[in-house]
Amino acid sequence: MSSGWTRDEMAARAAQDIPDGSYVNLGIGIPELVARYVPEGREFIYHTENGMLGMGPPPAEEERDLDLMNAGKKYVTAVPGAAYFHHADSFSMIRGGHIDVCVLGTMQVAANGDIANWSTGAPGAIPAVGGAMDLVQGVKHIYVITQHTTRNGDPKLVERCSYPLTGPGVVSRIFTDLAVVDVTPDGFRLVELAPGISFEEVQARTGAPILPPL
Amino acid sequence: MIKKKYASVASAVADIPDGATVMIGGFGASGSPIELIHALIDQGAKDLTVINNNTGNGEVGLAALIGNGQVKKMICSFPKSSQSRVFPKLYEKGLIELELVPQGTLAERIRAAGAGIPAFYTPTTVGTVLAEGKELRAFDGRDYVMEPWLKADYALVKSEVADPFGNLTYNKTARNFNPLMCMAATTTIVQTRNLVAAGDIDPETVVTPGIFVNRIVHVPKPVHEDILIANGRSYP
Repeated sequence: MSSGWTRDEMAARAAQDIPDGSYVNLGIGIPELVARYVPEGREFIYHTENGMLGMGPPPAEEERDLDLMNAGKKYVTAVPGAAYFHHADSFSMIRGGHIDVCVLGTMQVAANGDIANWSTGAPGAIPAVGGAMDLVQGVKHIYVITQHTTRNGDPKLVERCSYPLTGPGVVSRIFTDLAVVDVTPDGFRLVELAPGISFEEVQARTGAPILPPL
Repeated sequence: MIKKKYASVASAVADIPDGATVMIGGFGASGSPIELIHALIDQGAKDLTVINNNTGNGEVGLAALIGNGQVKKMICSFPKSSQSRVFPKLYEKGLIELELVPQGTLAERIRAAGAGIPAFYTPTTVGTVLAEGKELRAFDGRDYVMEPWLKADYALVKSEVADPFGNLTYNKTARNFNPLMCMAATTTIVQTRNLVAAGDIDPETVVTPGIFVNRIVHVPKPVHEDILIANGRSYP
């Protein structure tokens, strides 16, 4: 059994690559954990699609405000200096290139930066896209946090996505339980290995060639 | 004289006809005008096209309207929230239509309708199945998809504070789609927690100017979808 990074360690590693003062949108799941690992001396301002900048952590049950939710429909708080706005302004921030970093989970990400995280395309499934297609087209840097493979061991980092795309050629960096991988014009390139993980192991569990670190 | 105040939610929604297109504000539970939706259930209009980000939760509010067989088509971005059961069941049986629109495109289509702009170009969905069949055009070397405005006959909206002119403010993230829908509907119906005198809202803080509002109902203690669901309630 190999080691590698836990979900929290993946989130902490991703947080290391977010510059101080960034406006950040975090997807649902492991990406939400990034907010727990803001590096010492840095400040991030969190955007949520449903109309808020300056989102804070979840409230205590007795302090929750029923009108204060995040895009995952969970109760949150507002930090001092927060701002509320309507949906068109919120997506102007996204589409207009004003948000610096978006961290998303995914089903598949391809060596050309394509991402597929909204639908398996299975017949009869109810399609639900939310704001994912706006985010991947509009935010300056799209980071992905994901387990390196599915529960069945199939690669999630692939040559070409087999699921319907959320957006083409948009992902710049991927944080998995095994490694940090960049998407470059030449395909995947290893940035860093998780502790106890070898390059060969990462390559064996990836569905496309990985270039060695520069 | 400006007369926008209605005595009850029932009187405010009484004229919504079968086949109407109805925008309903809210994002999940926050900002959802539950009392107006329940009044529309009591009123019984059928074959509605409903525009909302979601499809409701549990068996109250929007989910109850759908469950009551009054909605023929939903236009939304995310039809399957964790507590969304009514819509999925009908959709799987082919008993309700779905137009799936990305969230930012949904917001902008509604805003465009209110602003008198019949269409716009957006990068959202370029290179995906949701752009198939739509007009593409390049600006500065990048492709964009044309999206049309989205209008409605009626909008059902929840505000925190309203004055008799229809000037509105909202509470926190309960704002969401509500101000946009006010602009995009022929007839905008607002339920407000607080109804104050003209001048009591600082003009500098007005979020929705009253010109976008037609009817106001004072609902001082609105129920909340999450609380209704937690208490196992259903409507009617």
